[in-house]
Order: sequence, then C-alpha cells, then structure tokens
Amino acid sequence: MELLIKFGHTLVLTVKDVFPVLALLLFFQLVVLRKPIPNWKRVVAGFVFVLMGLALFLDGLETALFPIGKIMAKQLSSPEFVFGSKTAPPGAPWHAYAWVYIFGALIGFATTVAEPALIAVCYKASEVSRGALSQWGLRLAVAVGVAIGIGVGTFRIVTGTPLYVYIIAGYVIVVIQTVFAPRDIIALAYDSGGVTTSTVTVPLVAALGLGLSEAIPGRNPALDGFGLIAFASVFPIMSVMGYAQLAHWLELRSLRASRKER
Amino acid sequence: MAGKSELLEYIVNPLRRFGSNIVGACRDLLPIILVILIFQLAVVRQPFPVFLDVFIGLIFVIFGLALFVVGLEIGLFPMGEAMAEAFARKGSLFWLLLFGFGLGFSTTIAEPALIAVAKEASMVAANGKLIASDPASMGSYALGLRITVAFSVGIAILVGLIRILKGWPVQYLIIGGYTAVMIMTAFAPKEIVGVAYDSGGVTTSTVTVPLVAALGVGLASTIRGRNPLVDGFGLIAFASLLPMVFVMGYGLILFR
Repeated sequence: MELLIKFGHTLVLTVKDVFPVLALLLFFQLVVLRKPIPNWKRVVAGFVFVLMGLALFLDGLETALFPIGKIMAKQLSSPEFVFGSKTAPPGAPWHAYAWVYIFGALIGFATTVAEPALIAVCYKASEVSRGALSQWGLRLAVAVGVAIGIGVGTFRIVTGTPLYVYIIAGYVIVVIQTVFAPRDIIALAYDSGGVTTSTVTVPLVAALGLGLSEAIPGRNPALDGFGLIAFASVFPIMSVMGYAQLAHWLELRSLRASRKER
Repeated sequence: MAGKSELLEYIVNPLRRFGSNIVGACRDLLPIILVILIFQLAVVRQPFPVFLDVFIGLIFVIFGLALFVVGLEIGLFPMGEAMAEAFARKGSLFWLLLFGFGLGFSTTIAEPALIAVAKEASMVAANGKLIASDPASMGSYALGLRITVAFSVGIAILVGLIRILKGWPVQYLIIGGYTAVMIMTAFAPKEIVGVAYDSGGVTTSTVTVPLVAALGVGLASTIRGRNPLVDGFGLIAFASLLPMVFVMGYGLILFR
C-alpha cells in the first residue's frame, strides 16, 4: 500500500513535469496545424505508457539503486575507507584513490547503458540508418566514453588540476576528430554528448563528485563537485566518433583485402 | 464506444511487445546491478539495505523501462514525426520556429534538475560575494539563471531547425559554439563557469529528447535533399551547448 502511494506521488510529479510539453503539443496540433494525428488513440496510449514507465522507473531507482549507489560513492571516497584514518593526510598520492576511479568509471558505464534518453536516440539512429548503425554498438561506445570521462574527472578532483584545461583539451580533440570522422556520424556523436547526462547518471555521478570533493582537503565542493557532468558529456563525443572511424577503417581494410585477392 | 478490436489494437498489441522489452530492460540494467553488487560484496562490505525493498525497486525499474520503450515506439516517436511532417506540409516557417522555441523553453523552465542547479548556483554566488546573501537577491539570481537557460534552449532548437532547413553542416555551428565557450570561460567569473558547464547537461530531459529527435529526423526525411542521419540529428547537441554560452554571458553582464 505504501509503495502504491509513493508510486502515485511519483506519477503525479512526472505528469507535472511533462505537462508543459503536452500543453504545447496540444496547442499546436489543435490550433495551428488543425490536422488529426494519425492513429491518435495509439499515440495517447503511448503517452500513457511513457508516463507510467518513467514514473515506475524513477520510483524504482529511488528505492533500489540510488540509496546504495550514493552511500557507496560516499564511502569509497571517505578518508576512513581510503586511508583508514579520520581525515585524509595532506599530499596523499593520487593513486591512493584508485578504487574511486575504478568505481567512477564503472558506474558511469553502467548508468549510461540504462539511460532512457540514450536508448531513444540510439533506437532512432539505428532505424534511420536501416540498421547500419547498431543500437548496442552505439550505446556501448557512448558508455565507454562516459566511463573514461568520469574516470578522468575523478582524477581531476583528486589532483585538483583546473577543469578548463581538460575540457579545452577535450574540445580540441573533438575538433580534430570531426575533420576525419565519417560525415554520417558527426551530428549523432555531438548529440550523444547531450543525452548521456540524464535521469540515471546525474544523481549518482553528482553524489560521487560531491563526496569526493568534501573528503579531499583543499577542495571546494561547490566548485569541484560541479564539472564531473561536463566530463561525462565531452568524452562520449570522442568515443562515438572513434567508434565510427574504427568501423569505417575496418570496412576499408576488408574492402582492400578483397580487392587484392581478385 | 471503444470496441473490442480497438482495445486490442491500442492496448493489447503494444503490450505484447512489452514481453520482449522486459528482456531488453533486464539486459540494460544488468551492468548497474553488477557494479553495485560487486563493489558492495568485495570492496565496501557494508550491511546491505532491506533486501525486499531493493528487489521490488528493481522490478519497478525493469517494468518502467520496458513500458517507456513501448511508449516511445507507439507514442512519442510517431507524434514527433507526424508533427514534423505536418509543419513541412503547412510550409509555415514562423509556426515551425515558434513551436521549436516553445518546445525548448517550456520543457526547460520547469525542469527539476535545472531548479536544483540554479538554487545551488545562487548559494555559490552568494558565498563568492557576487550577490547579496539575502533570500530575495538569491531567489532573483536563481530565477534569472533559469530563464536564461530556458531561453537559450529555445533558441538552440530554433537555430537547429533552421540549420536542418538550410542544410548547414552541423560541425561549423558546434565548433563555433565551442570556441565561444572557450573564450568566455577565460573571462567569466569562476563562480559561474561550473554552473554554466553543468546547465548544458541538465537541460535535455527524458521526454524531450525522443520528441526532439523525432522532430529533427522527421523534418530531415520530409525535406528533399536532406539526409536524416546527417541533418536530422544535432538538435540535442545545440540544446546542450547554447546554455553554456548564455549562462556565461549572463554572468558577464551581471558581474562586470
């Protein structure tokens, strides 16, 4: 019963969040376009499914995964776990926090694979390319990018190096990759940077960033806690373009090999 | 009256796909479950929270994800595509752009993640003595940030739609935007840079993304000479880039 009440509450909140979009869609459909939506009953059923699904999903995350994930993020970065003492010794080497980097990278990977917005974009991309881009290949490429991003991002918090150096270096690499990447993938790669940081990833990653910057002496949670999310949106752009370049290169190589045989 | 066959078509048939989606959802969640379980057992070794709660929660997550994907297939995607096509038929640039702007603005202004970031940012700014630390000026600063971000997302979708119509290559706009971000980072107050970078990430919500993707792809497929893969994507990238530029601009105007 308690669960049902909580679910009802989440459902109301979800409907409230989605309400502006619904109002906008209805206004344009009825007042401006004045054209019935094909199969509108199916579409309405679809919206109901989306709302129910999101509410269930968020509710389940709140009950099952977020509490443990957040506690773990805090514990792994706490001085008691890392050094076995109440406070972190100043000038501790960066590799003392190895577990944090590993956890950060793995949790970044795992949350990205479950991100509904990314599922939607990869679904569309695979449909549009008539299956040439595989949904799983894309999602794994994005997840690997987020994993590297969070790994590097936690390393940055530990070492206290300035954020903009990493982000600018990242952008420069993205620009260089753009010149060489296949044209088809560019827009999609840029998009994948934006969708990775959403419902599942942000709460856990933010908890990790805040916990880490609270635990390390000399870090300011307000300034250093931010920024992990920026890492999670730059690195997938690189990994998706890298994935496309690799696929392209392998294709060329097999093409050349088959030509030689002839 | 809804006949039996209608019920079958609109509710039962989509739900059949639900079965296979459950399998997919389990596969999608497996990595998180494994990571948390392994770290729990091998590294942290803290007492496990109430097992039943976690179990029920996981069932919720799996069903929720599967339902969401069914809803995408029969609701959000067809809706976005139908609207893109109707706009293209109608041929009115003004209404299309107004719709794009409205979609970006309305979904962002009420976004809970943005409200949280804006509130946090007002505390950072008050601590940095950039604004007075009374509730009124912190509140107006936070509201200003929210409006700036929502406005920038609206403009981003609008520019993105123009780009699809004109067929401009996405990379010039994006690289131009990044250059602007880098230059502004050098001049903007330090207290606003982190917020600006994060505001780009929080703007794209789970319901907006599929709609925007379907709108872009639908538009690019309807207009002759556009390739849905090359031209249809990219709207979300604009929506996460432009808020950074606008928020740093807001900081520069307000504090310099």
